[in-house]
Amino acid sequence: MKQFNELLASCNETAFDLRFTKAKNWKLAEKNRLLVGFLPIYFPREIVCAVNGLAVGIMGAGDRKQIIKGDAFYQSYICHLPRGIIEMALDDNLNHFDGFVFPAICDCVRNLSGMFKILKKGKFQRYFDYPQNFDPSIGGIFYRTEMERMVNDMFNINGVKVTVEGLNKAIKLYNRNRKLIETIYDLRQEFPWRLSAVETYYILRAGLAIPVEEHNKVLEDVIEEISNERGEPMDNIRVVVSGSFCEQPPIGLIKSIEMSGCYIVDDDFMLGPRWIQGDVASDTDDPFGALTKAYLNQSTFSSAVYDVGNPKGKRLVELAKRRNADGVIFCAASFCDPALLDRPELQKECDAAGIPHINFQFHENTGQFKVIKEQAGTFSDSIKLWA
Amino acid sequence: MANPKEAIKEKSMVIQKDMLAKQFHELSKAKELGKKVVYTFVPGNLTELILAFDMLPVYPEINALQSGMRKRSGSYIKDAEKIGFSEDVCTYVKCDIGMMLNGNVGPTGEKLPDPDLLLLSYTGCFTFMKWFENLERLYPGVEIAMLHTPYQEDGRITEEQISYMVKQLKEDVIPKMEKVSGKKLDYDRLSKMLENSVKAENLWVKILESAKNKPSPIDSYFAGVYYMGPLNTAFRGTDIAVEYYTELYNEIQERISQGLLPINPEGEIKEERFRLVIEGPPNWTNFREFWKIFYDMGAVIVASTYTKVGGLYDHGFRHEPDKPLESLSKYCMGCYTNLNLPQRIDLIEHYIKEYSADGFLINSIKSCNSFSAGQLLIMREIEQRCSIAVGFIESDLVDPRYFSYANIKNRLESYFQMLEQRKIIMQQEGVPV
Ligand code: SF4
Ligand code: SF4
Repeated sequence: MKQFNELLASCNETAFDLRFTKAKNWKLAEKNRLLVGFLPIYFPREIVCAVNGLAVGIMGAGDRKQIIKGDAFYQSYICHLPRGIIEMALDDNLNHFDGFVFPAICDCVRNLSGMFKILKKGKFQRYFDYPQNFDPSIGGIFYRTEMERMVNDMFNINGVKVTVEGLNKAIKLYNRNRKLIETIYDLRQEFPWRLSAVETYYILRAGLAIPVEEHNKVLEDVIEEISNERGEPMDNIRVVVSGSFCEQPPIGLIKSIEMSGCYIVDDDFMLGPRWIQGDVASDTDDPFGALTKAYLNQSTFSSAVYDVGNPKGKRLVELAKRRNADGVIFCAASFCDPALLDRPELQKECDAAGIPHINFQFHENTGQFKVIKEQAGTFSDSIKLWA
Repeated sequence: MANPKEAIKEKSMVIQKDMLAKQFHELSKAKELGKKVVYTFVPGNLTELILAFDMLPVYPEINALQSGMRKRSGSYIKDAEKIGFSEDVCTYVKCDIGMMLNGNVGPTGEKLPDPDLLLLSYTGCFTFMKWFENLERLYPGVEIAMLHTPYQEDGRITEEQISYMVKQLKEDVIPKMEKVSGKKLDYDRLSKMLENSVKAENLWVKILESAKNKPSPIDSYFAGVYYMGPLNTAFRGTDIAVEYYTELYNEIQERISQGLLPINPEGEIKEERFRLVIEGPPNWTNFREFWKIFYDMGAVIVASTYTKVGGLYDHGFRHEPDKPLESLSKYCMGCYTNLNLPQRIDLIEHYIKEYSADGFLINSIKSCNSFSAGQLLIMREIEQRCSIAVGFIESDLVDPRYFSYANIKNRLESYFQMLEQRKIIMQQEGVPV
């Protein structure tokens, strides 16, 4: 138990180390290693791993850093995430990173890629676009080209070429990573008291800042621990939290939801590492093709993906049912167009399926949770009463 | 005899007014006329392609801005908020949704027809995609075509990007248009339309560049948004658009020869005191009041980025009749909000120098992350590169709650005072102004 608590404490520290000490030490330990920072949400980290690199998730400064310079870069009506990231960049938190990737999720992140270019942060700054056409001969080729450009950027820095074996090996490691994460979610679905949502959060977020092999080991230890009884079951309702895929809610907010009587049985806080559903083929002669196929056919539902033909509202309802959830909490960052513009439709689908829901908005550095606690508490009570 | 000034002022305006009235009337009768209707967006639009199929385009942003100008947007936005849209999101989307919830009545008071095709070409703005997902749910079962336009991340348009877009057009968009219209694409007809586009585009560039004159005969922002209308919406590629731009160009030539300054709703400016470059869209709910603050102070906008949301013709882009799909693709990728931030800064710097501006102003729009995220860095960079007085104001496109007249007026007055003082100092130092 003591050991497990130490593991959790270490994950907590790694997850919120805004200087990315572990990743930097990893890089410095050997020549030709690369650090590539990527923003939420999904990015095929396998391609970095395959060229002796580590893809590190930059999930924002949260409530762990005072924002002074960042505010001078953004108007009040723009979400908080990019200002925290600019603050980190200007404060040298991101030194040692060789390059940065800005996955296409919204225009704030898109324009932030240009700001990094202007501020000359990193040796490359890539806005990583995703096809919204899912035909392999159209969108598939586009996606492949995006990956190849990145590989080229990295080659220009450390001269390491991607090999079929190398990329397949990386794919295997990340397949394992996703499987272990899903095992944790499955276990928590059955025994949510064994690992709190906050603990789960530390464990997953830490995985964005350490090599995947190391994270897999952490996940295995966690699974071993929670395969046995831990904690006490409570009379809580079960909820899915939706809408926090980019700017991250402060830990206090996740805690408040839990403390007000809700088990969070699924969420989209760390959507990137859980993006691909199932395994990517890891034994082909064309691993780029395998990654492409996985993106086109195995992506989860998300505000970043055009969903006609496979509406995300229905998929959220399916998820809530699969997780046996009593309700959905819509929890999006203020001024987050992608999450907030999806919300009415998602709510409508929940209504149609008879799934109760509430919603609130946050900033990553929100410090007051009283109202949220009350709201979530009332939600939990009403479901219990109604049930 | 008619007052020549009024005659000059009126003709192109009358043509445009007539064009719009006919367009909305035709739309209101679309179903009776058996015409198919395509909902699509302004930036990077495929107007020629739509018209080549004899379909009628509807641009939700235009409806939103018209609602703003007609003071309807406030209540539309509130209606959208009532059904769950957050206060925080783009108000164009909410205004459009609110308008649909209220019967989808267009600017002329006639009802707009439902779409037969939703054509999503989301150039330069991620929110367009969300907007369309919402429209798709309002019109279930309607055919949908998506044209994903890659961003100019690297500051250029690559061959791979062009081929990605052409493939989407050939294999997805055009077949869907053929299905909806019941017609095969006539490439000759499309090319003829693109020839017309080029004619109008050439004239448009001359019109924009007329603002290099000192004093400028036009205001490139407040009047510019009217001037750009036909080219950016339902008329590019038509004879009437060429006629409109020919007329407008002639009028401007006439103004130059007479030494006249830009016209405004109350007449014309008597003295050009400040030449400004503006970044960002205008506010529509209080458009006239907003404009008046400028012309009352003798401030003329000589170049603006907003008038480039429909394409950067002044930087050389032209549609190519002999390469229709390639050039439509390049067109989509070349619009202003699809440029990366360094390109946007370079463009603004170029405008400041080429158009001999005294100042650079940003109208930052609460709704629009595509424009607004990064503007404060743009401002800093421009200040450093051009040693020019920069100003910053905030408003919204169509949400009247975010237009504070007193606040904006105060800020602008201080800004103009600063410009005035700089002029005096420069004159004292013998710098030509
Ligand atoms: S929180 Fe939302 S609006 Fe902000 S950067 Fe992330 S996706 Fe974009
Ligand atoms: S975010 Fe800006 S560009 Fe996009 S729809 Fe809204 S106003 Fe238009």
